[in-house]
Amino acid sequence: MVIDWLPSILIVVLLLLGVIGMLRRASLWRAGQPEKVNIIAGLMAMPGRYLKDLHHVVERDKYMSKTHVATGGGFVLSMVLVLVVHVFKVEEQIVAWALLGALLLMLVGAFFVFKRRLNPPERLSKGPWMRLPKSLITFALTFIVLTLPAAGILPDGTGGVLLIAVLSVGIVIGLGELLFGMGWGGPMKHAFAGALHLAFHRRPERFGGGRSTGLKPANLDASVIGVAKPSDFKWNQLLGFDACVQCGKCQAMCPAFAAGQPLNPKKLIQDMVVGLAGGSDANYAGSPYPGKEVGQAKGSPNEIITAGLVSQETLWSCTTCRACVEECPMMIEHVDAIVDMRRFLTMEKGETPNKGSEVLENIIATDNPGGYAPGSRTNWAADQNLAVMKDKKEVDVLFWVSDGAFDMRSQRILRAFVKLMKAADVDVAILGDEERDSGDVARRLGDDATFQSLAKRNLATLGQYKFNKIVTTDPHAYHCLRNEYADFDKDGALAGVEVLHHTTFLNQLVQSGALKLDAFKGGKVTYHDPCYLGRYNGEYKAPRDLLRSLGIEIAEMERSGFRSRCCGGGGGAPITDIPGERRIADMRMEDASATGAELVAVGCQQCTAMLEGVVEPRPQVKDISEILVDQLIEEVH
Amino acid sequence: MPHKVISLISVGRHPQSGRSRRADQDSRAVELGLKLAGTDLDVVHAGNAEEPVLRQYAGMGLQKVTVLEQTETADAIPALSSYLKAEKADIVLTGVRSESGESSGMTPYLLAEQLGWPIVARVADIVEIKDGEAQVLLALPRGQRRQVTVKLPFIASIDNAAQAARQSAFGPGLRAKMDTQTGSTEEDNVRVNWSEAPAKARPKRLKVVKAKTAADRFKAATAKPQGGLGKVMKNESAQEKAQAIFDLLIEEKVIR
Repeated sequence: MVIDWLPSILIVVLLLLGVIGMLRRASLWRAGQPEKVNIIAGLMAMPGRYLKDLHHVVERDKYMSKTHVATGGGFVLSMVLVLVVHVFKVEEQIVAWALLGALLLMLVGAFFVFKRRLNPPERLSKGPWMRLPKSLITFALTFIVLTLPAAGILPDGTGGVLLIAVLSVGIVIGLGELLFGMGWGGPMKHAFAGALHLAFHRRPERFGGGRSTGLKPANLDASVIGVAKPSDFKWNQLLGFDACVQCGKCQAMCPAFAAGQPLNPKKLIQDMVVGLAGGSDANYAGSPYPGKEVGQAKGSPNEIITAGLVSQETLWSCTTCRACVEECPMMIEHVDAIVDMRRFLTMEKGETPNKGSEVLENIIATDNPGGYAPGSRTNWAADQNLAVMKDKKEVDVLFWVSDGAFDMRSQRILRAFVKLMKAADVDVAILGDEERDSGDVARRLGDDATFQSLAKRNLATLGQYKFNKIVTTDPHAYHCLRNEYADFDKDGALAGVEVLHHTTFLNQLVQSGALKLDAFKGGKVTYHDPCYLGRYNGEYKAPRDLLRSLGIEIAEMERSGFRSRCCGGGGGAPITDIPGERRIADMRMEDASATGAELVAVGCQQCTAMLEGVVEPRPQVKDISEILVDQLIEEVH
Repeated sequence: MPHKVISLISVGRHPQSGRSRRADQDSRAVELGLKLAGTDLDVVHAGNAEEPVLRQYAGMGLQKVTVLEQTETADAIPALSSYLKAEKADIVLTGVRSESGESSGMTPYLLAEQLGWPIVARVADIVEIKDGEAQVLLALPRGQRRQVTVKLPFIASIDNAAQAARQSAFGPGLRAKMDTQTGSTEEDNVRVNWSEAPAKARPKRLKVVKAKTAADRFKAATAKPQGGLGKVMKNESAQEKAQAIFDLLIEEKVIR
């Protein structure tokens, strides 16, 4: 009878429709710009990337990781076996039993998804995502019943036509969500796009425990620099946007969102999806950009993004702290996308907000953001008796001073560090007036032309001298030197050179016994991880080791380590200064105060400036080098 | 009828680094030009078409920059005046004085003299152009403005009080066309005979603070200068006027 064949036909039809949808989706990504990926190697690496790297991130939430393994694993296994049993009609009972096992596993997982959705946290998107657990359960139950005869539990033909009709409805609902929906933009799209995103990720170095945080250079010869329209993204960036599961972990970590500035990383990625697929954000069912109504954004692959899809303030609210990227289980690169769009605004439109234009013009004309005379860069060190590279030519440690040289508060950090190096008898020199801004701010503000020019000129200067290490007190310069200059280092000025943050270097000195330190006698101390030291460079340990070497027991903040919250000072955010309801620095200081600490130890001049800008009463703020220098035991000769 | 607006630009010099840059007043002249004429604005430079600073001006959204190609030692005036005549300009905008070169501030005056046009110095804004006349706001000290009406065509030098220049964008600046024409070959004799030396800080008159209270100090810092000591000489002979100036210069120890 035809009706007996109905389930099989439905499975095949929905599978085909799903595949058509997926092909159509893939054609949307192909509207993006070409980017070379190794397709075969990527696909081969994909299962490993899923099981290790992605799962490693998901596992931070044990409930969800177990739920996802059961549901996802159960579904993939059952789908394969469904085809074997119900389409190819393999009549081995053992296969049917295996299918039943997989379906039961999925059912259990789906139940926990259901439970999670009973009272979902604010960060989760609602809308179609609310029906997903029901679809999952329908799928599992339908196929369990459908498989019972094949497993020999029920006799063939049980329930007759009526049951088959009911089961067919179940198949349409279940597979409609899981196969058809996967190709046609339903919640299950994440499985299909996510798997391919893992395979063709733009930063494959991130997998297997690696780190890849340096921004990619902008093509300055392009007819339009930066990303103006969704189709200006690389194709695998578009694919990455489509992988979003709207879990909102990024939103929960975003400092700008928490401060009420008009940015929500999840909404931004969803707007990018609207842009690549065309349409409006009316169906978006998550938290909005603070202060902005949902439903107004419209876009399509060839429309300018900032002309109706995403507002400029949204893009300028980001501090590039990378908390969203660190938290994203799908390994989406929000910061890359934001800086890509900023590049268009700055280099094509000339619309960097507030002080942005002035700061960029200063950097171009004087190589420092404050517009100070380049010849006064070394004034801070007039009494420091520091050797200059121009005279020394060869040295063990090159101290990269950074623009803190022009700021009186930062100079205290510099002096403390110099004193420590002198005490440890380090063979050190500075570039003096030959040093230039690292280009960090220019690059984060979207002016890659200026960044590239600075990088090239700095590298030319560095190439004249010999040194084994570069040490800097500024994590932003550290990041540029360590992760971003390599793209322009044609002559190998930094080849074989170890780039270190001063906390790492000082820790080496302390561990080797070159620095003798007294125990710290002050009150409670907490440590604030600078984003560009921690998330960007993975250095969480050295600063803590240093504090411990003083006998300090660190009172950790709730958000610390890789989950540290930004001070609000990165990405040129203090320059573009997009208004919110709160200040990020105030929120961070509340985190610090909550530990009962009297002193916040930091490792970044920018963090120092931001946190000290919080009104008193509040804990004192000191760079680690300043804390160390107070405990330095100076040997009398 | 749209008016032909031309902004003249020069290579500026950053006060701290001494590096070439978009000159502050000249870029304000371009900004005002863009306000008046939009994309029809003609921006003209006499000098080297390869000069990278021209790209910084072009980054303000100019499709092209007209360059009257000439060497560094050539006089800019003949080339500019013949260009302005040929183009039938209605309004020519310049900076008050350039940041590099002679920096005499004479360019707008010499052009006005050669063309026989009026010049309005230190303009803050051009409010309206109607019936062959322009309503011009002149910048006076302490934020004061004076409105004057000028007949077209005229030359205006743009004060620092004018609208600040918009940000220069790298991409459009890079792609703008440099429309080169031959400039003048006439040697700038004055310039050639000059020698450049770093400026010495001028002695400042000691300011005796007489104010006793904060309110007095505030008043002294913000109030309109009362003048008091000045004298308006209208009917006196030229001899007497010159004598008065001479006496003042001696009194101020400018001449000894």
